Amino acid sequence: MPEVTVTVDGIKYVDNVEPRLLLVHYLREVVGKTGTPVGCDTSNCGACTVLLDGESVKSCAVLTVQADGAQITTIEGMAEGGNLHPLQQAFHEQHALQCGYCTPGMIMASADLLRENPHPSDEEIREGLEGNLCRCTGYENIVRAVRRAAEAGVNQ
Amino acid sequence: MTAQAEETRKAEFGQARLRKEDERLITGQTNWTDNIKLPGMLHVAFLRSPLAHARIASVDLSAAREEPGVIAVYSGADFAGEQGSLPCAWPVTPDIIIPDHPPMATDEVRYVGEAVACVVARDRYAAADALNAIEIDYEPLPPVLDIRTAIEDGSPKVHEAGNLSYDFLLQQGDLDAAFTDAPIVLERTYRQQRLIPAAMEPRAVVASGVGGEFTLWSATQIPHILRLMLAMVTGIGEQNLRVIAPDVGGGFGSKLQVTAEEVLALLITRKLGRPVKWTESRSEGNMTVHHGRDQWQYIKLAADNDGRIRGLDVDLLADMGAYLMLVTPGVPMLGAFMFPGIYKMDGYSFRCRGVFSTKMPTDAYRGAGRPEATFAIERIMDELADQLGLDPFEVRERNWIKHEEFPYDTIAGLTYDSGNYEAATAKAKELFGYDELRAEQERRRASGDPVQLGIGVSTFTEMCGLAPSRVLGSLAYGAGGWESASIRMLPTGKVEVVTGSSAHGQGHETAWSQIVSDELGVPFEDIRVLHGDTQVSPKGMDTYGSRSLAVGGMALVSACDKVIEKAKPIAAGMLEVSADDLEWSSGRWAVKGDPDKGVNLGEVALATFAAHALPDGVEPSIDADATYDPENFSFPHGTHLCATEVDTETGFVKIRSYVAVDDIGKAVNPLIVEGQVHGGLAQGIAQALYEEAIYDDDGNLVTSTLADYLVPSATDLPSYQTDRTETPAETRLGVKGVGEAGTIASTPAVVNAIVDALRPFGINDITMPCTPERVWRAIQDSRGGEQASAAEQHEARQSDQTQGNSPQGVGDIDQSGASA
Repeated sequence: MPEVTVTVDGIKYVDNVEPRLLLVHYLREVVGKTGTPVGCDTSNCGACTVLLDGESVKSCAVLTVQADGAQITTIEGMAEGGNLHPLQQAFHEQHALQCGYCTPGMIMASADLLRENPHPSDEEIREGLEGNLCRCTGYENIVRAVRRAAEAGVNQ
Repeated sequence: MTAQAEETRKAEFGQARLRKEDERLITGQTNWTDNIKLPGMLHVAFLRSPLAHARIASVDLSAAREEPGVIAVYSGADFAGEQGSLPCAWPVTPDIIIPDHPPMATDEVRYVGEAVACVVARDRYAAADALNAIEIDYEPLPPVLDIRTAIEDGSPKVHEAGNLSYDFLLQQGDLDAAFTDAPIVLERTYRQQRLIPAAMEPRAVVASGVGGEFTLWSATQIPHILRLMLAMVTGIGEQNLRVIAPDVGGGFGSKLQVTAEEVLALLITRKLGRPVKWTESRSEGNMTVHHGRDQWQYIKLAADNDGRIRGLDVDLLADMGAYLMLVTPGVPMLGAFMFPGIYKMDGYSFRCRGVFSTKMPTDAYRGAGRPEATFAIERIMDELADQLGLDPFEVRERNWIKHEEFPYDTIAGLTYDSGNYEAATAKAKELFGYDELRAEQERRRASGDPVQLGIGVSTFTEMCGLAPSRVLGSLAYGAGGWESASIRMLPTGKVEVVTGSSAHGQGHETAWSQIVSDELGVPFEDIRVLHGDTQVSPKGMDTYGSRSLAVGGMALVSACDKVIEKAKPIAAGMLEVSADDLEWSSGRWAVKGDPDKGVNLGEVALATFAAHALPDGVEPSIDADATYDPENFSFPHGTHLCATEVDTETGFVKIRSYVAVDDIGKAVNPLIVEGQVHGGLAQGIAQALYEEAIYDDDGNLVTSTLADYLVPSATDLPSYQTDRTETPAETRLGVKGVGEAGTIASTPAVVNAIVDALRPFGINDITMPCTPERVWRAIQDSRGGEQASAAEQHEARQSDQTQGNSPQGVGDIDQSGASA
């Protein structure tokens, strides 16, 4: 089995993995990062979104071996020093989550969206999150939360 | 108590508190069932029928057993003596046919996706691999896919006993008189397409058993009902079965079920003596999580020339799917009481035939019976308005129950306790800019604008707070409708609240804390709400039907009352006064006339813990349990308005604005209320525009992935404008329920708006979902191949109306598409 070296939320891991092991299953079952959930098997829902070298990817559509040498940030690595990331704070304050299953992916995708476009319009937020599905909120408050985070100057 | 004190005490109720639940959810520390890892845990994968209807001729598991990492392989025969039949708890008629429903098929399969075998392996990849080595031979049988022909003689049968499961009839008032000589009789057929609930968290189950004691973790809405049902199905003593619903990622009715996988996980762990986990893939879930809706609605409405409704005749065909699951037959029945909506009439008839097909069973999906009913009545009210040339609000107002007429006994046999349809409508029209939009619509019609504007109205009500137990009994439902709550006063003055209503995204932990904070005078932060584990919360009826607050909230305040009363003699002892001299004021027991002299419940709790100096005969506890059985349903209502722009050249529908004014009574937390409305709207709009579970002619589910089944994304939905009116329910809390209102109201609002835009073309229906293709085809058909402009159509139609000609319906325009 190939050996991979992956840094997840600042910690380096070296593992031998099956070539077919999906990155999301590596994160969840090998590294124990269960904060990243799986919502579908066709990379439509975006629940498993993480940052791979700073860019958002759906970790169900990446093989672990493809992530060899990469820096991965999951939802569990977003808060620093006990402080919530401004996007986490905005999701909380704007009631942008209900069941919370899509939330990790939604926050990671939002982080990438604001990195690329720090001051998006509401329409651009909706388009930027098109690959992430939420069944609870109707998106209204998610758009509001991302807008608030952008106004607060979050660009990552 | 002074008015000011009352004000202080009620500070939490009505506050837009941020949710306690959020912290673990936004940091990735959530405890989903699929996160659970137990020592020695094995993984289960199911082999599922590739055919809609077939006899199982032979099963060969031997090769699969040789696959690496495989611990066991089973087929239905291996469970034959112990798997029982999955329960149906709602036999709606005495002669209903409830077929045997083995969790794993043994002789015959009746829908694509039915479990036929399973592999238990060391990890999920090995389990999935070994499924390929299982050999099953099938003898195909004819699929039964259209319930309209399934009830005809000579149709192939899903079950030997026949395709008609039940035939239910409710007749109220004098329908014959209502229809006899009625100047206006409208007949319409509406289609409620089949929907896939698609909660974001796929189902997952973990089962473990040690020494005959079993624990089952499941992504379920109903840990309590599930425990009872699993005990009955498997024979495991209820006392030896603990069910835990950890964090659950949405349900919308789809996790209100006792599933094959839950039963089989328990049986497998019992066979192997090791913990097992099963987590479904989304494609597996689309096929095998119960579906929603799927009805044909044949509606007749009789009215006078002034628009007054005389009677309503509802005849439904409801697709049960292949089996009756937990409340499958009862879902359309909830609609029986809701078709009259907010309107008065003299006669009403409701008939529903539940029909089997070789598809996934249907069951509860957000709204469950009420969206279907609301759609039909609100659609046909628009037809009546059109027939009479009246504004849709005018014809509604002539028929609705006026605010001074409450409480009102409806023709369907319910008593609506409260409501104010005038107030909600006035507010909605103003927020929407109704008159301005009507003027714009007229301008666009006159100018022949290729993008036509439509305005859709929905003045809905629904019934929630399920439900008074005696009513459920009269409807042959298998359980009561009460809810339970406990208050545990801890010695430090902190409070544990135990609720039998099992949350999965609704925000119970926050709202329940707010209510208890007010009742007991304990800070919001000092309260912890526990739920979803039958060992922690032993009694409950769980979460569905917008019942948690209306029923569970009342149990909560009742338990709080008991705590306060139990504290009274102890407080009197502490204050060295007679209990008669105490009054409960601002969250503490204080001496009448001397409010500075008093003790709060924390102080009483500590004194009770020590129990050194309690009055004689007083038990050393102020904890309390309460169970509340509602006396009536609650009846949220509201007025929703939708403006659509319909491109008559492409058929594309854009929602330009959406206003929802809901009257859900008192709101404990307006933030949570607004969120519930938003999410409900999204699901109702999705039914109108996007979603449909489609089976092909062989009975294969075509929409088996999220690539094929269109759960809308942020770009597919509009921004919503929400507001409320407040007509309290006639209960102590005054709350009604908000979980389903948005879904129930919005579907007809959107379709009414689309049809309204296309009235100039003589179009009076579009089958849901109103895809661009269906809208475009309807326009093409109306033009008869000629390219008449919108303005010409408008003019021609106005002339038709003056001659008294009614445009012909084009419902079912695309039935080949709907069933293909």
